[in-house]
Amino acid sequence: MAGAGELPRHLEALLTQNGVVPSALPLADPAPADGLLPASAATGADDRNFGVYLHVPFCRVRCGYCDFNTYTSDELRGAKRSDYASQAIAEVSFARSVLGGSGVPEREATTVFFGGGTPTLLPVSDLAAILDAVRSTWGLAPDAEITTESNPDSVDADYLIALKAAGFSRVSFGMQSAVPHVLATLERTHDPQRVPLVVRWARDAGLDVSLDLIYNTPGESIDDWRTSLESALATDPDHLSAYSLIVEDGTKLARQIRRGEVPAPDDDLAAEQYELADRLLADAGYQWYEVSNWAKGDGHRSRHNLAYWQGHDWWGVGPGAHSHVGGVRWWNVKHPAAYAERMHAGQSPAAGRETLDDETRRVERVMLATRIREGLPTSELSRQGRTAVAALIADELVDAPAALAGRVVLTLHGRLLADAVVRALLS
Amino acid sequence: MTPKSLKALEPSATDPAFIRNFCIIAHIDHGKSTLADRMLQITGVVSDRDMRAQYLDRMDIERERGITIKSQAVRMPWSSAAGEGTSQTYALNMIDTPGHVDFTYEVSRSLAACEGAILLVDAAQGIEAQTLANLYLALDNDLEIIPVLNKIDLPAADPERFAKELAGLIGGDPDDVLRVSGKTGAGVEELLDRVIERIPAPKGDPDAPARAMIFDSVYDSYRGVVTYVRMIDGSLSPRERIQMMSTRTIHELLEIGVSSPEPVPTKGLGVGEVGYLITGVKDVRQSKVGDTVTTAAKPAAAALPGYTEPKPMVFSGLYPIDGSDYPDLRDALDKLKLSDAALVYEPETSVALGFGFRCGFLGLLHLEIVTERLEREFDLGLITTAPSVIYEVKSDDGKTVTVTNPSEFPGGKIASVSEPVVKASILAPKDYVGTIMELCQGRRGTMLGMEYLGEDRVELHYTIPLGEIVFDFFDQLKSRTQGYGSLDYEPYGEAEADLVKVDILLQGEQVDAFSAIVHRDKAYAYGVLMTGRLRELIPRQQFEVPIQAAIGSRIIARESIRAMRKDVLAKCYGGDITRKRKLLEKQKEGKKRMKMVGRVEVPQEAFIAALSGGTEKKDKK
Repeated sequence: MAGAGELPRHLEALLTQNGVVPSALPLADPAPADGLLPASAATGADDRNFGVYLHVPFCRVRCGYCDFNTYTSDELRGAKRSDYASQAIAEVSFARSVLGGSGVPEREATTVFFGGGTPTLLPVSDLAAILDAVRSTWGLAPDAEITTESNPDSVDADYLIALKAAGFSRVSFGMQSAVPHVLATLERTHDPQRVPLVVRWARDAGLDVSLDLIYNTPGESIDDWRTSLESALATDPDHLSAYSLIVEDGTKLARQIRRGEVPAPDDDLAAEQYELADRLLADAGYQWYEVSNWAKGDGHRSRHNLAYWQGHDWWGVGPGAHSHVGGVRWWNVKHPAAYAERMHAGQSPAAGRETLDDETRRVERVMLATRIREGLPTSELSRQGRTAVAALIADELVDAPAALAGRVVLTLHGRLLADAVVRALLS
Repeated sequence: MTPKSLKALEPSATDPAFIRNFCIIAHIDHGKSTLADRMLQITGVVSDRDMRAQYLDRMDIERERGITIKSQAVRMPWSSAAGEGTSQTYALNMIDTPGHVDFTYEVSRSLAACEGAILLVDAAQGIEAQTLANLYLALDNDLEIIPVLNKIDLPAADPERFAKELAGLIGGDPDDVLRVSGKTGAGVEELLDRVIERIPAPKGDPDAPARAMIFDSVYDSYRGVVTYVRMIDGSLSPRERIQMMSTRTIHELLEIGVSSPEPVPTKGLGVGEVGYLITGVKDVRQSKVGDTVTTAAKPAAAALPGYTEPKPMVFSGLYPIDGSDYPDLRDALDKLKLSDAALVYEPETSVALGFGFRCGFLGLLHLEIVTERLEREFDLGLITTAPSVIYEVKSDDGKTVTVTNPSEFPGGKIASVSEPVVKASILAPKDYVGTIMELCQGRRGTMLGMEYLGEDRVELHYTIPLGEIVFDFFDQLKSRTQGYGSLDYEPYGEAEADLVKVDILLQGEQVDAFSAIVHRDKAYAYGVLMTGRLRELIPRQQFEVPIQAAIGSRIIARESIRAMRKDVLAKCYGGDITRKRKLLEKQKEGKKRMKMVGRVEVPQEAFIAALSGGTEKKDKK
């Protein structure tokens, strides 16, 4: 079969060019030291939610597949985990003055999300202090969604109770799989038996629970995947994310695959696994609302996650964090030591930024909105884009009734080929 | 008196009795150029200091491949050492002939300019099919043949055996076969003596109107076309107005001279002499090999016999890999045409390959040389479509279409198709007869006969459709005979055959570059080969893509590319939308470089890979 691995080298180069994700920061304009935004960033701000993302770039160990911006203690080059909270709080205060100084109206935060890394490697008091800073700086909307990611082996019942007490509403556990050999390939260290326990503790503490799963791990059979899905569903979470494993350049897993120690992931199997997930989750009462996310009822959707796809504003705090405010995107320096230096000097931690022009905004809008269940109003497409919809319906990639009602909404088949659909809509 | 101190005879005033015109017939790498180098040195026309290997081979390709593409002539003085008393100096004109089957016509013109030929054979390998063919051509021209075994310095040399073989071929005594080494120079002086002794002096009428035969015509970017001629009758002088008898065009003679081996202007050329003419013409087509040159003032009544227009036998589409190179390719072809009268081309377009040219060539080597020159001298990346020959297709309605490109093959009912056939001679050690016969039969060959050359070498005669030869016959022959087999062929008319056009369809859309005219018995194999190749090469699409091979509307082979099932990145990395968008832009950019066949996106690379073929080509049927 014409799998990428069997193609002649010149073709492989061509194809991988389309499939490989650059792991470096984007090339863009330098960000000014004062962090001030162009006036355009304020336009229409009242119609957009405001969220805060906090990137906690620490892990106990680095998993073989992971290329996220995270560091073990050995890799911190003098930066200290214990300094993180004060630096993050400093950036929150910096953010407030930048937004204010740029004329962006002050808004309460509707979502706060601690991601990583492993945020729960920090003492819960650190997370609480940072959340307090957000609250005292911008205020939190009455129904604000406050989430932290967590590893099943980095929290206990007391930690979860303390999170709730600090104001958190939601916890997302990196379960990944319930199958030991799959966890081993991923180099996840937690005991799968611990997942139901932490879920119960979180529930008991009054937190909404989400589980993250990874599929298409090399060596994971469809039955392995079914086992993981069923185990996850058995804990009755409010929300589930299922991400297909992406073998990133430069990771240990990529090297293992190149050396033939681990089989390369198979896209056909990934598709089959996705379809299985969608079926089992739907049967259990979960509905997809974004390509990789399912919720038990609309009230359990992750509004923070949706904000990325809906084009809302958020400030990303911490090393390597990305922000978006009114068509200006920027990203912080990646290394915690470099970040610490910037914060210490009272400078913007941004490494680079871009101000989107109208066409780029339109491209992003199509790219992002197509992935969510509400879809993209057909009125936002170019004429060629609207022409493409007919073919996409014929290919069963786009839902016909929704399209007739004026929205481009992906079918199950279309979700699996979402990038191709986006390219077609933008052609 | 040493040969090097010879006083050369003055061109234009040399008595024909002291002129000897000869060529060397030899197979590629039997050492012709090296022998020529020694002759240049021994006769003193090139000093030891100026000597370089393969002195006469001008183009890089010639030197690298060790073959001569264009012929040249060199005038050398020689005085027979065998003679008693005062020795007479002679003018020897060595006409270097091209050594490949594609250039048979040019070879025949070179032979027609000579009275004799040195038959040069590698003492370790014996005679090859090509050489044999040229030998017959020389015998047909009544040339005096001097058999010579070369490379006698090689440990593997077996002069006894091959002297017998040569003597058997041309008649005579094996002891008369000279033994030389172009490398060491051994025997070369004797060979020059033999040339004077054996080869007849040229004959011609000095008072008749001038007639000179063009045996080569070379484009020089500084001087324009340099025309090499052999004077038959009369004489030519500088500043004279000359006329090309086939086209009746008249040119001013700007320079006339001899090569020795660098060009030396002379006061003219007389009967039997060999030299060059420069008229300022910029295109070799105005100075055609085989044509007769006469003077405008006193033109000859009749041209010399034997002139024919160069006729392309093999056609192929040439496309730039980078579509934006198309204008450069056009310019390059225009330039090459100046020096290559046989090259013809016209623009054509292909769905798969974009804009390019349909080119006609004398044969496969000619095709290879042209593409290599385009790539090397003009720095172009090229893709060539499978070579095709000229088919005459008769429809039921009585219309006849000449097809040099499968896309011209008419639809509808076909009454008959005829194709060019060649008469092929294959020479090989007798152990390979079985495998050669198998190959020829597989290529629709008809055996005409077989004969032994000496004890263990065999010459097989076949008629084979040219279309089968241009495919990969020669590669097959070489690999089946471990390199020992050699091939020569000459046109042998046309024959009707059960030929069909096989089209390749991607999702029902025909891909023009892959259509081929093949024998009905081979249509299925071709269909399976191409559909299989494309299945491996074309990336999966959002939908299943059937790949079919069809004769007209009848599907004869089918493959399919399964639909791509997943094309979505699961997540955006912590809100890194920029990265996701850049990836999308990159994908869109990649898509731009795709060729669309209907709705199917095909990378240009896939077309190229499918056309250039894979390893399966080597182990077929």
